[in-house]
Amino acid sequence: MAQDETAPLVRIRGLRFARGERVIFDGVDLDIRRGGITAIMGPSGTGKTTLLKLIGGQLRPQAGSIEVDGLDVHRLSRDKLFELRKRMGLLFQSGALLTDLNVFENVAFPLREHTRLPESMIRDLVLMKLEAVGLRGARALMPSELSGGMARRVALARAIALDPMMVMYDEPFTGQDPISMGVLVKLIRRLNDALSLTSIVVSHDVQETAAIADYIYLLSGGKVVAHGSPEELGRADSAWAQQFMQGLPDGPVPFHYPAADYATDLLAGDEGDKA
Amino acid sequence: MILDWLQSLGQRALSFFQRLGRGHITLYYLLISIPSVLMRPRLLLQQVYSVGVLTLLIILVSGLFVGMVLGLQGYNTLARFGAEQALGTAVALTLVREMAPVVTALLFAGRAGSALTAEIGLMKATEQLSGMEMMAVDPNKRVLAPRFLAGVIAMPLLAAIFAAVGVMGGYFVGVGLLGVDEGAFWSQMQANVDLRDDVFNGIIKSMVFGVVAVWIAIYEGQDATPTSEGVSRATTRTVVHTSLAVLGLNFILTALMFGE
Amino acid sequence: MMHARHIEIAVGAFVAAGMAALFLLAMQVSNLSVVGGDEGYQVSARFDNISGLKVRAPVTVAGVRVGRVTAVEFDPNTYQALVTMRIHPRYNQLPLDTSASIFTSGLIGEQYVSLEPGGDMEYLTEGSELILTQSALVLEQLIGQFLFSMGSGDKE
Repeated sequence: MAQDETAPLVRIRGLRFARGERVIFDGVDLDIRRGGITAIMGPSGTGKTTLLKLIGGQLRPQAGSIEVDGLDVHRLSRDKLFELRKRMGLLFQSGALLTDLNVFENVAFPLREHTRLPESMIRDLVLMKLEAVGLRGARALMPSELSGGMARRVALARAIALDPMMVMYDEPFTGQDPISMGVLVKLIRRLNDALSLTSIVVSHDVQETAAIADYIYLLSGGKVVAHGSPEELGRADSAWAQQFMQGLPDGPVPFHYPAADYATDLLAGDEGDKA
Repeated sequence: MILDWLQSLGQRALSFFQRLGRGHITLYYLLISIPSVLMRPRLLLQQVYSVGVLTLLIILVSGLFVGMVLGLQGYNTLARFGAEQALGTAVALTLVREMAPVVTALLFAGRAGSALTAEIGLMKATEQLSGMEMMAVDPNKRVLAPRFLAGVIAMPLLAAIFAAVGVMGGYFVGVGLLGVDEGAFWSQMQANVDLRDDVFNGIIKSMVFGVVAVWIAIYEGQDATPTSEGVSRATTRTVVHTSLAVLGLNFILTALMFGE
Repeated sequence: MMHARHIEIAVGAFVAAGMAALFLLAMQVSNLSVVGGDEGYQVSARFDNISGLKVRAPVTVAGVRVGRVTAVEFDPNTYQALVTMRIHPRYNQLPLDTSASIFTSGLIGEQYVSLEPGGDMEYLTEGSELILTQSALVLEQLIGQFLFSMGSGDKE
């Protein structure tokens, strides 16, 4: 814990990860600063979720290192890794709530598993966390009765139940209506500042993410394409970054999937597909 | 042509051994997680309920009917040799040695095994297992091992209940309906059924089947492709593989236990 | 917490039912109550021919089951079958000169050993050997002897 406060909380160097033939990361360097919200953005399929799983130690890279709070995640023993994970929260895209437990028990789950607190204190802690996400009234509901946005907020309450040093959000805004999106955006910022967390937000929702992030990394093709504060990225001269940040349909990322010439393809008829 | 065929054969063999290997890794983690389950009996209790108590009804009903059919068929066959007196023996030996362990395991695969696979498959598909891991909770200890142990405990109990109810069913049909002498029914049974060689061996069989049935169910759930189609296929595989494994193992165990 | 209680009761009932079933199988269905496994004393007997006598076959006195056969071996010195039996400790007053015979229960039934008590004042104990034995009747031999005597009868 006696780490230099100015050193980055997460330091990724030369990360290489492939799934079978498909290379997902090819030499990625990343620093996540303490106390801030760092966004990792990129088009779908660039392995943003994979990156979070790598940081959490659920996947192993083929090369490179990931250090969290000075500890090399993939060199830790299983027990040490579990100790480290208690200090990280990961918010899954689906929420990943335990479907056989109600909201209260879901938030209480990490407390019951990792602490020997008396029931009354668990109750107080759970209600505090639920109050923070505004769902204290929903404590008796089952996960199947929650809307997607509510499920994510419960998962968030659960992720902060053990007062972690860092929370990772996997696509927190995807598929949310404008109101719950706004709620989540505000929650992430507020919790980060109130609990002095370090947050990593993985997303492809440019507007919302840019609104709360302190620093943004843009990933594409297994590499970091650009990074900087939202304002800097807005002014970046990389054509790709411009296309992504402004959501243009065509640019360096072509509208068309690579294909043979249109005219020859049409004229080839059925033969073309068989070849 | 022949090379293609050889290649596909090789592929199948390789994937078979891969699955076998992964299955054994699963079993290894289940076994080393058992001590931590014993520290938390409440988790175990919950699972004994869902694999044992919820399977009880189907076991009771099937046991009764199987016993009754054995009573009827046994009577018809034995009456030809004038040996109706041996009905008790025939019913009890068939049940205790073969029917109770095997039929219980097959019903268990259909009722509890498939449910286990579906539950674990869905937990995987909805990232609950992965979420637990990220909360520094080992799903082997928290989710899988309690289910494993519960199945291993429940199976012999279910088989014993099946056999007992089956003997009752045979008694109702044989003594109640067909008029076999009650004293002969019980005394012949007691004279020819041995506690160690028959009853205990039957129980050992069902313990083996219990391990195999939950092991397959948990492995298939954990190995399922995390989609609804993948889970449904895994569920089917659980029932098919468990049934085949139980029937095959039953032959081997029978040969070892009762062969001369 | 009502729910937890309900589950606990159900599991308790289930385990109790399983135990009761096991108990029933042990006491009512199998022969635990008749002859214990390792109790009692062992005696042996040599037969010229045991026919189909098997391990676990009953040993009876006057038709009452008193023990069972525990081993059947071939003795290469005497060219006889050595049968070891375990007798329940309750029946410890069988005379030393008790004789043993192998009979068949019914026409197609199993072989069993029948003991015929003699008049000795001493009793059988662990390791005693029954000297007087009568071998099993082998059906084929009987028929053969019968045909043979018929044939020889014709010639006379």
